[in-house]
Amino acid sequence: MSIYYSVQDLIETAERENKKISQIVLKDQAAELQKPESVLYKNMRESFLVMHQSVSDGISPDMRSVSGLSGGSAYKMNLAVENGKTLCGKVFGRALVRALAVSESNACMGKIVAAPTAGSCGILPAALLTVMEDRGLNERDVVMSLFTASAFGMVIANNASISGAQGGCQAECGSASAMAAAALTELAGGTPRMAAHACAIALKNILGLVCDPVAGLVEIPCIKRNAMGVANAFVGAELALAGIESAIPADEVIVAMKRIGDMMPGSLKETAEGGLAGTPTAKRLKKQIFGE
Amino acid sequence: MNVFDIVGPVMIGPSSSHTAGAVRIGRIAGALLEGEPVRAHILLHGSFAKTYRGHGTDKALVAGIMGMAPSDIRIRQSLEIAKERGLDVVFGKTELEGAHPNTVVITLKDAKGRTVKVQGASVGGGNILISEINGMKVEVTGQQDTLLVLHRDVPGVIAHVTNYIAAQGVNIGNFKLTRSRRGETAMMTIEMDGEFSRESNEGIEKLPNVIRSIILRPE
Repeated sequence: MSIYYSVQDLIETAERENKKISQIVLKDQAAELQKPESVLYKNMRESFLVMHQSVSDGISPDMRSVSGLSGGSAYKMNLAVENGKTLCGKVFGRALVRALAVSESNACMGKIVAAPTAGSCGILPAALLTVMEDRGLNERDVVMSLFTASAFGMVIANNASISGAQGGCQAECGSASAMAAAALTELAGGTPRMAAHACAIALKNILGLVCDPVAGLVEIPCIKRNAMGVANAFVGAELALAGIESAIPADEVIVAMKRIGDMMPGSLKETAEGGLAGTPTAKRLKKQIFGE
Repeated sequence: MNVFDIVGPVMIGPSSSHTAGAVRIGRIAGALLEGEPVRAHILLHGSFAKTYRGHGTDKALVAGIMGMAPSDIRIRQSLEIAKERGLDVVFGKTELEGAHPNTVVITLKDAKGRTVKVQGASVGGGNILISEINGMKVEVTGQQDTLLVLHRDVPGVIAHVTNYIAAQGVNIGNFKLTRSRRGETAMMTIEMDGEFSRESNEGIEKLPNVIRSIILRPE
């Protein structure tokens, strides 16, 4: 159990056994759940296929959420990418499209994989499916990288939180972004130690982010924060792959996130009272939806 | 916790706590009722009461009561499906002292007039905690195969049940006993490490002084 309580233990175990983090995690989880590795792989592949599907579901032009607050952003972003109108090229543009698509699919009661939560469900699929397409990676490696992402997510959940109500958005989109950064690093051929730095860098960049959903719904600002989350995952992975290290180790960053979350007032932890949820426009939208 | 708690569950959006967790609470209530539900009275507390429409919590709870899983695409139409099946649903709001912000109290009735009342909370990430069943305090998370054994509060019943489980080669991960009043009825909540078959559960129901045994499984 210790490898999911400390990033340090996780990478040391991988280094000692000279394996990828994903291989260590799959083996350990098979033992823990008393199931063959092939069954766990199959389960994870099913989640991967749902991720794929929710991207396709979310690009539709006429998607609207129950509240009417969201839908259609992924479609617009996709048009911009197709027409070559993006500043950062197609790969980054497609990552944004996917993050928006999965998040909008979620807002519209579509089928998604919580990763680690529904509110942050667009980040991991966007990161992984985008590099998979761009680099022509095989499916097996990408599915395996979800085990790596999960391991980092478990360390965060065990030492801090992955819930916006407990730790703010840093705990949801922050965790997803850090998990994705680590998985991207492994997929691009980085070492376990680089994956840990990628996780640390991504999480550091998002520390302090509050959870302030308009009208309490997983729509504004959650959908666009998923786009930010995938961008930040690429920042963490690119820096780490270039050999840049996080001065503060991942484990300490995670503890810092926990402390920040504890200090955050309740009004900024998914209660829809403070932050963006407290703005005049948010109040007007809330009234429009709930009539109160 | 395992990897599928982090990457997972596969679910219908928009909220793991307000949608997926709500389905799970509904499922347990539905599983506890002996017959098909014809009436559901659903009282919402806290954040559930404030935001249930925007999150589809109402649809999620009703879908769960009808036995759907959090990944069932029919959740979107569950209120219409309930109508077709002759399930009458009434929603209300309540304030429960000290309860988790995402708490619901579900009372179900079947065609024979049998009822079940369940209080549960969605505690984050789609995880739930059932805190009361028919007025008895319990702690059911539904993460493992869980047995709920209603029995007469007399000596030896727990030994019979746990010996029977041991004979099936299944390890008990957690055990809790709740009594309505000494010497009357009691309920064992038993979480298993492995899978517990339907046949094994039927064996438990045949043990002396066991009134009813229900097995709850993660979807």
